[in-house]
Amino acid sequence: MPENTAPTGTADVPHIEFRDVVKKFGDNTVLDNLNFTVSKGERVTLIGPSGSGKTTILRLVMTLEELSGGYIHIGGTPLQYQEQGGKRVRISDKRRRRTTTGIGMVFQHFNLFPNMTVMENIVEAPINVMGLKKAEAEAKAEALLDKVGMGWKKDARPNELSGGQQQRIAIARALAMDPEILLLDEVTSALDPELVGEVLAVLKDIAAETDISMLIVTHEMQFARDVSDRVMMFDQGSVIEEGLPDKIFSEPENQRTQDFLRAVL
Amino acid sequence: MDGVIGFIQDLGPNLQLVLERMPMILDGVFITLLASVLGAALALFIAFAFGLALLAKNVLVRGVARVFVEFFRGTSLVVQLFWLAFVLPQLPYPLGFQLDPLLVGVLALGLNYGAYAAEVVRGSIGSVPTGQYEAISALSLSPARGMFRIVIPQAWALMLPSLSNLWIQLLKGSAIVGTVTLYDLFFQVEQLRDRTGTWFAYSFALLAYYLIAWLIVILMNGLEIRAKHQIGRGPALKDSWRSLFRAPGSTPGGGRSARVVRDRSVAKAGTAGEGGLA
Repeated sequence: MPENTAPTGTADVPHIEFRDVVKKFGDNTVLDNLNFTVSKGERVTLIGPSGSGKTTILRLVMTLEELSGGYIHIGGTPLQYQEQGGKRVRISDKRRRRTTTGIGMVFQHFNLFPNMTVMENIVEAPINVMGLKKAEAEAKAEALLDKVGMGWKKDARPNELSGGQQQRIAIARALAMDPEILLLDEVTSALDPELVGEVLAVLKDIAAETDISMLIVTHEMQFARDVSDRVMMFDQGSVIEEGLPDKIFSEPENQRTQDFLRAVL
Repeated sequence: MDGVIGFIQDLGPNLQLVLERMPMILDGVFITLLASVLGAALALFIAFAFGLALLAKNVLVRGVARVFVEFFRGTSLVVQLFWLAFVLPQLPYPLGFQLDPLLVGVLALGLNYGAYAAEVVRGSIGSVPTGQYEAISALSLSPARGMFRIVIPQAWALMLPSLSNLWIQLLKGSAIVGTVTLYDLFFQVEQLRDRTGTWFAYSFALLAYYLIAWLIVILMNGLEIRAKHQIGRGPALKDSWRSLFRAPGSTPGGGRSARVVRDRSVAKAGTAGEGGLA
């Protein structure tokens, strides 16, 4: 509970905490008793072969998937389920939304709203979820659009833009909610190769200028190396190796990590 | 005086008759239009109310909507019309109502076609890519707000071709409202037939209904072009006024099936807003 947490203690509470997390799709167990934490301001990259459950982790944090077992805490607040009198109790959608307001996500396929202009895409949630005034939200959106280099396209519709431009707007849209946690789900995988650089450059700037905690799934190993504080290697639903990016990328200990990196680098 | 030869021989006098009876015929056209427009308005309201209810999380809400839709889809329009006109007034107080014939017609048309349209609404909302729902969730927008601001505006463009077809069917279905003493176009044509014979009267009716259907097609095409443009698929209405006159559901970029295939592949790729491939 927040009241019990002394200000000096806040740094000790993990920003994201997975406790005995189980995720099943039917009979298929994707995550099996997963435990890990992300500290405030930390950038953690998840790597590993496809199907290893990396994206599922991000989707669980965003509550796009329902937990099958275990708990996730965000800044000490239970996200999907909480323990109450020894029982695992589901948290209402409304309370979940209150917790996820501080979490932003950028998707592989951008998922901009095609029926809205760039500006409308960005201000929709700040106005209706955070309660900002329209003018306030627009001023903020313009600053963010300038940051991602898209200020000149604020009245365009998403389909008039390239994939890289759409993704930069999706990043601005996520940042407009002042997230404390940003989830990046293979944000360059759907882009043509020549557009990858512009998106990664924007993300590197954001990583350098803010202290947003980030959980990143990517196949861009150089980017992972540049922005991460820690890299976690996943295989078959569990962490098989983790450490500083330099160590994981240069001298991985686990055989499967070595095989994976040899295949992608 | 019937038959092809009679039709041609009497064409002049018959046209004269049509002109003489024009006030009555126009009254009939007005009633047909009124019943079709009010019926369609009711059908649209029912379609959204029950289409959304069919998608509700609550099993009870979904169940009630399902029973309603199946009932009104599964019973004949004529029978519904007669029931409202002749059975409803006989129900014991306070249920018994003698409704105005126009209201009977509008209710029957609205309920019957609204039930079909509810399925269209449900299907179109289901066709909006899941990525859109995920983005709504990721921005912590409430489901209701996401539905009305983001999902329905996109589904609207998808449902218009089907709604357009249903509206034309409703117009044609309205030709039976004369049986409950609502004097529509077809009733007036029947009056005309007494004087002109079947050949002329029914041919005239074919043409008249066709022209009214065209008005609906043009209006709905306009709405569809506008809705598509608003979700970034296709040109603005002012740049493509010519396609107002095309068949419902077809697009300048290929036939209906071509569009369906394209929409599906777009939906599969999950790239919402990438529809403007042309």
